[in-house]
Amino acid sequence: MSDEREEIEDFSPFAFRKSLSLPRQRRGVVRFCTLPNILMGESMKVFMAGNEAVARGAYEAGCRVACAYPGTPSSEILENIVKYKDKIYCEWSVNEKVSLEVASGSVFAGARSLVAMKHVGLNVAADPLFSMGYIGATGGFVIVTADDPGMHSSQNEQDNRNYARAAKIALLEPSDSEEVRLLTKIGFDISEEFDTPVLLRLTTRISHSYGIVNTEERKEHPPKGYNKDIKKRLILPAHARVRHKIVEERLKKLKEYSNKFSLNRIEWGKKDMGIITSGISYQYVKEVFPWASILKLTLTWPLPDKIIKNFANNVKELFVVEENDPFLETEIKAMGIKVIGKERVPITGELDTYKLRKAFEIPTEELLDIPDIPSRPPVLCAGCSHRGVFYAISKLKLIATGDIGCYTLGALPPLNAMDTCVCMGASIGNAFGLELALGDKINNKTVAVIGDSTFFHSGITGLIDIIYNKGTSTIIILDNATTAMTGHQDHPGTGITLMGEPTKKIDLQNVVRGCGVEHVYVIDPYNLKETIEVIKREVERREVSVIIARRPCALRIKPDKPFRVIPDKCTGCKLCLRLGCPAISIKDDKAVIDKFLCTGCSICAEVCIKDAIV
Amino acid sequence: MTKIVICGVGGQGIILASDVLSLVAMDEGYDVKKSEVHGMSQRGGSVISNCIFGKKVYSPLIGQGEGDILLAFEKLEALRRLPYLKKKGLLIVNDYEWPPSTVASGKAVYPIDIIQTLKDKTENLVHVNCVKIALKLGNIRCTNIVLSGVIAKYLPFKQETWLSVIDRRVPKKTVEINQAAFCEGFSNVACL
Repeated sequence: MSDEREEIEDFSPFAFRKSLSLPRQRRGVVRFCTLPNILMGESMKVFMAGNEAVARGAYEAGCRVACAYPGTPSSEILENIVKYKDKIYCEWSVNEKVSLEVASGSVFAGARSLVAMKHVGLNVAADPLFSMGYIGATGGFVIVTADDPGMHSSQNEQDNRNYARAAKIALLEPSDSEEVRLLTKIGFDISEEFDTPVLLRLTTRISHSYGIVNTEERKEHPPKGYNKDIKKRLILPAHARVRHKIVEERLKKLKEYSNKFSLNRIEWGKKDMGIITSGISYQYVKEVFPWASILKLTLTWPLPDKIIKNFANNVKELFVVEENDPFLETEIKAMGIKVIGKERVPITGELDTYKLRKAFEIPTEELLDIPDIPSRPPVLCAGCSHRGVFYAISKLKLIATGDIGCYTLGALPPLNAMDTCVCMGASIGNAFGLELALGDKINNKTVAVIGDSTFFHSGITGLIDIIYNKGTSTIIILDNATTAMTGHQDHPGTGITLMGEPTKKIDLQNVVRGCGVEHVYVIDPYNLKETIEVIKREVERREVSVIIARRPCALRIKPDKPFRVIPDKCTGCKLCLRLGCPAISIKDDKAVIDKFLCTGCSICAEVCIKDAIV
Repeated sequence: MTKIVICGVGGQGIILASDVLSLVAMDEGYDVKKSEVHGMSQRGGSVISNCIFGKKVYSPLIGQGEGDILLAFEKLEALRRLPYLKKKGLLIVNDYEWPPSTVASGKAVYPIDIIQTLKDKTENLVHVNCVKIALKLGNIRCTNIVLSGVIAKYLPFKQETWLSVIDRRVPKKTVEINQAAFCEGFSNVACL
């Protein structure tokens, strides 16, 4: 990286003491740490992210069971709930569908339960979601969806408010951390009162923004107990037909409630401009239009029609400001109310105060211009265990159907080792489909690449499909023993639960063999020669094979002795740069290795044909 | 209301620095909001964090042309995020170069003399080599707190509040070096 880093060893670790001139310390006067005091139930002001506030709200509401599959921007919800594990059972479920089903079971028994997932996770869990819409909630049921406008870390910017409308359940949209805490609690109450699951919709900017939260004590809600009720919970067509009518009645009652709900509130300002808004957009509106009349909607499905009509009748011009889909706007227009929404406010991307000003032609500061500068894309870490596999795929010029995780970065230059990425688990089915369509033209050329956690999530079903339907695909499971992209969560293959308990470790080899795969090979991706050989051999095989490339995530291991370049031997051929390792760069036409970044994985030494890396 | 944009490269300790800043503002009795994005950006990518304090804060996000202060942990990132700074805003930049992967692989060239470019474009520029200071103290990893010391010079908070927040927020073993880093950053600006 830089020369300055090299100087580090020349300094005594105590050198800084000489320049020390500190005033006397006030140790332990105020506590930031959210844990000790909060666990004692004290009411206090805490600086919290939205995701942490969901956890706090669930704790205070007497939640008993919480399940999730990690996914940005929702992952920290369960990572915070686990702090209350003596009161709340929590788990990393194998996928979102299972998490919603586990929580539903607890809801049957009358226990307050919560599930959390990113927006696309709710697609996976949509099947039980719609059924639970009919079945209702004996114990309070809060389903948290963390949407990602702007796609900071996602494949689309779907607006999950549409799910609440489609599944006919209540929808809450908080606009800051304190509201997140409050609405999580209110969500459980609404759920039990109206016998409905409640969808709590966060967005990245709510999940990952911090604000001041006032904590309260936990109120216990012991499970109500289980009573058999097949007309409610066994949704055969005959039962479901009756349930549907109940659901429609429920929506009417919820609409009445929505019209009285105090957090659906009007903040009167000048009446020549009225703005209807919800969620994070409320904050942008307050800042850009402090003088305007604002209808802040919080319970946004079913919408409070009376409040909206009253507001519309009292303002001269009416606008809707919302991110992504015209969810409120469409409904308001359907009420026959004239309103301007997406005609001005962009439908794509994340909103902010600057964009809002632009949309309403409010003068903004002239921006400082910048020249064209090099981009700084995220990269596979130095020592990443996936690099060897991607180098092999690139070298063998294979078509690789990819999947979701850190390893999607293998698609970027210089590796360029991935052709497709659709959704969790898709790589395996995609590879099979390519093979079906192109037959011999593509055999010997394709591999599916999938991570360990993603394989457990929804890759297994794809593999079974290939075997059952007589495919011949090659599948590479990148087994780094963690869910790396979302922050190193455990999964069924790691042998540890979210609550930190040791558990049965589900062995990938046994799973794959159990599915009927005869050719299963475990390789070490740091051994480049073996990696290339095995992949080459298996893609040519006219049978299904699974290659498990096994190495722990580089961020979780103690680095080995770093490699270095012998300048006299290096010819500056740049072959090592094809690995895309952030520790390697070129200086004065020779390769250099940053000894602080290098983890000693050895792949570059294997690639170098001049033996210049040792 | 004061809006501060903090930017740099994933791994430079930007999140910790913005945590410290937010908690100091909170301790001093202000309303505070902070916003950052996790995920993809952590893998050596470009990172941005927003911190806003005042009597009452609404948006946790700072729009382009709205930043009162831009605190950049790296020169190229300072240039990249310049549109977030008000024309008359204060730019504090760590005089430090971290070539992105596109440069390391020879696909792009790291711009020359960024400090001069920044001088030409902004009215209020402070540039300090905080990495050098951190190394002098004995650990490059406290660069972020040296930068906290620099920005503290321009914010209305008491030095004791900063030190007490650092005490609570950084790992126990590193409290002393981080507090020293803060003081070094703070006193270094004085002699500019």
